[in-house]
Amino acid sequence: MRRLIPIACAIAMLAGLSGAETILIRNATVLTVTKGTVQNGSVLVENGKIAAIGKNVSAPADATIVDATGKYLMPGIIDCHSHTAIEGGVNEGTVSDSSMVNIKDVIDPEDINIYRGLAGGLTVSNVLHGSANAVGGQTIVIKLRWGKTAREMLFEGATPGIKFALGENPKRQGYPSQNFFSQGPAPERRFPGTRMGVEEVIRESFTDAKNYQAEWKQYHDAVARGEHPIPPRKDLRLEPLVEVLEGKRYVHAHCYRSDEILMLLRVADEMGFKIRTLQHVLEGYKVAREIAEHGTGASTFSDWWAYKIEAYDATPYNAAIMTRKGVVVSLNSDSDELQRHLNLEAAKVMRYGGLSETEALAMVTINPAKQLGIDNQVGSIEVGKSGDMVLFDKHPLDYYSKVQKVWIDGHDYFDRDKDLETRPEFQKKKKALEDKLKVAEDTGTRQGKRNASNAASTPMIEENQ
Amino acid sequence: MEFPKLFLVALALSGSALFGAADNSVVIRNVTIHPITAPDISNGSVLVIDGKIAEIGTRIGARSGARTVDGHGLQLYPGLINAATNVGLEEISSLRDSVDLDEIGMFNPELRAEIAWNPSSQHIEVTRASGITTVISLPGSGARSFRGGPGTVISGQGALMHLEGWTWEQAAVKPSAVMDMIFPQVETVPRRFAAFLAQPALSYQELQRQYRERLRQTGEFFEDARRYEKAKAASGPDFRRDVRLEAMTPVIQGKTPLLVQAEREQMIKEAVAFADKEKVKIIIADPREIGSTGALLKQHNIPVVLGKTFDLPMRDDDPYDAPYTLPGDFYKAGVKICFGTFDVEFARNVPFEAAQAVAFGLPREEALKGLTINSAEILGVSDQLGSIEKGKVADLILTDGDPMQAKTNIKQMFIAGREVSLESRHTREYEKWMKRP
Repeated sequence: MRRLIPIACAIAMLAGLSGAETILIRNATVLTVTKGTVQNGSVLVENGKIAAIGKNVSAPADATIVDATGKYLMPGIIDCHSHTAIEGGVNEGTVSDSSMVNIKDVIDPEDINIYRGLAGGLTVSNVLHGSANAVGGQTIVIKLRWGKTAREMLFEGATPGIKFALGENPKRQGYPSQNFFSQGPAPERRFPGTRMGVEEVIRESFTDAKNYQAEWKQYHDAVARGEHPIPPRKDLRLEPLVEVLEGKRYVHAHCYRSDEILMLLRVADEMGFKIRTLQHVLEGYKVAREIAEHGTGASTFSDWWAYKIEAYDATPYNAAIMTRKGVVVSLNSDSDELQRHLNLEAAKVMRYGGLSETEALAMVTINPAKQLGIDNQVGSIEVGKSGDMVLFDKHPLDYYSKVQKVWIDGHDYFDRDKDLETRPEFQKKKKALEDKLKVAEDTGTRQGKRNASNAASTPMIEENQ
Repeated sequence: MEFPKLFLVALALSGSALFGAADNSVVIRNVTIHPITAPDISNGSVLVIDGKIAEIGTRIGARSGARTVDGHGLQLYPGLINAATNVGLEEISSLRDSVDLDEIGMFNPELRAEIAWNPSSQHIEVTRASGITTVISLPGSGARSFRGGPGTVISGQGALMHLEGWTWEQAAVKPSAVMDMIFPQVETVPRRFAAFLAQPALSYQELQRQYRERLRQTGEFFEDARRYEKAKAASGPDFRRDVRLEAMTPVIQGKTPLLVQAEREQMIKEAVAFADKEKVKIIIADPREIGSTGALLKQHNIPVVLGKTFDLPMRDDDPYDAPYTLPGDFYKAGVKICFGTFDVEFARNVPFEAAQAVAFGLPREEALKGLTINSAEILGVSDQLGSIEKGKVADLILTDGDPMQAKTNIKQMFIAGREVSLESRHTREYEKWMKRP
């Protein structure tokens, strides 16, 4: 089925995708997030960047004019916790420190969920390794440039990251039990199986990294003195951890309980690095003061809870409490589905904790941008920032709203009208393939079946029961 | 019918320790009333006597024996209904010891959800926070869950429960409201999923064979139930009671509807044909596509309990908004719809599931009906619930706006005329930890 997607979406994209043209979006309610709201405002995008914002913006004669009367323009939505666009497994779960693997190597630009995310106003995702290990794999920030290659989707200049995980998930390999539905023998145990063990893995990995860093420093110092020493053996596990120590790589740490959050902050303090974001962080509200003091961002769910014991003390007021206590908070998806309506997830902080509309919108725009260190480029509608914007038919915090258009770097990447327009043509093509399959099945010849499965990939047979 | 008796018991017993003896009579004044089944009334009042709505209008004064609540210009809606959940039967989904769903066995019609309803479950209060006063609690986790034992067809009886009550007897509005059924289907498991579930990836032919076998066994079970009913009626000397088959009697007599979970067009069609053949009443549950079934369902007068609107399209090449337009598609085809979530921790979000359908084509008033009067009609309790009408149970919510919007606050809630707290584990943690220095 996956092979059919490019056809589906190539149609939509060829119709919709245009170059880095000059665009003037006129007469919208512009929700800048950082600089208030401009009623009946216009935004000019030139060379992929926002060039002007205001009530009266003039545009060059060749500019594409978008009439946005009655509509709402907000910055492109940013998801600080995504596993979308990962080809195959999300977890390298065999070791307790998998820092040698990199999500960047397995970005799948044809994942249909990229397009679906776009259709929900999503423009940037922090694509993370899974949570099976205390020290997990390397992570990468992408822009949802649907139709481009994996390399072209990488967010230029965004600091790469590494995933850490605390609590139940990394412990689970220490006491693998047969779950509800599994059959066959239980997998082999590996360290750690407790929260104490999780702390030890992180401490040991960074102790190794510091030794490794020192070896290289000795080597470089010797070279500088004009000596010719043998270089240390390159260690792909420790290289990214040294980058963490040097502030060149962000730590995004999956966590739930307040004790483990505090533990991680203290280990980081001791080892001399920073935790850039705490992910999920459902009990962050209990240690908000310590999180704020460490200068760590918190990226949480709007209202998830009770799916495991470490999520039982969760409260949807978490985002509001942490915000009030001085933490930069974002709301993330961790899900192909949830990433499609993060604006609506953000609206929930108004009910749960009474945050303002701007504070709500910030949770899915400028706050995650700050957490990912890309707030100088994206996250708000400001002159000089990328032309990453979403046009809604109603206010984006209104549950009756929907996305009309999405731009990234001033390119048109989603247009609902064009998506609707291309559907009949796509349905026709799909029907033709299905008919072909049916004829082959009816004929029942081996050759017929072979032809049919060449024409339409075999999973389609299963899809149709 | 057991409902009125149980309900009176509930009225007599529940809550009195919380709010005093005559706590289920109240005049709610100065509100905009949204009766659902009649036009809105601005600056209106509702009189509730003994838990039932006694009067609705603009000129209702204070009554002795009924306390007065000034609505301060807020909105008054009927309590919302989530027509499919597992609330009360599951606390923490990953901890099997806290889960009472998905009993072992293929046909379990004798199982009753209400008797395993934990009145102390934290989910009850949490779900109230969105204005939900009543839920259906099902004994099975549903067709989409991994957990249903392979091939479970009848999970048991789903109960209509008030989100209030000291015991499950007091909370039960209509026990055995529906019979929870998953229609047999060819259960293909994607290969990468099969690995995750540590199950062998079976050939399509084998899966088809299993599916046909399940269908055959299902037909046979209904046939047994029918024969049992006849045998019981004849009550010959060698008649022996059978708990399982006896539980099927209200189903084959068309009194209790089968809530048939059928995701795909083909399953829906087969379920309708099955209901036709067996002459049973069915409700289609949690469909993921409408296909050509709209006219069929309309023609057979079969309603639908929708699952989550916030869902991914079923197939990679489906339109991106297929789950969003689905409720509107059923409505436009003339099918009666209401909303459910088929889960526990997100049962409170059912108003938002309805709202998303509004964004993609379902008229707003129809979405609201799908949370109130339609749900009551589909579940056979429209004489009691689902609207603000004289004589109905006073399940009411006071809000500062549209209950389908997240920015709206639910201010007060009345279940059977009695004010219930909107505090929960979630608000208590908030209050406690905001105070931490």
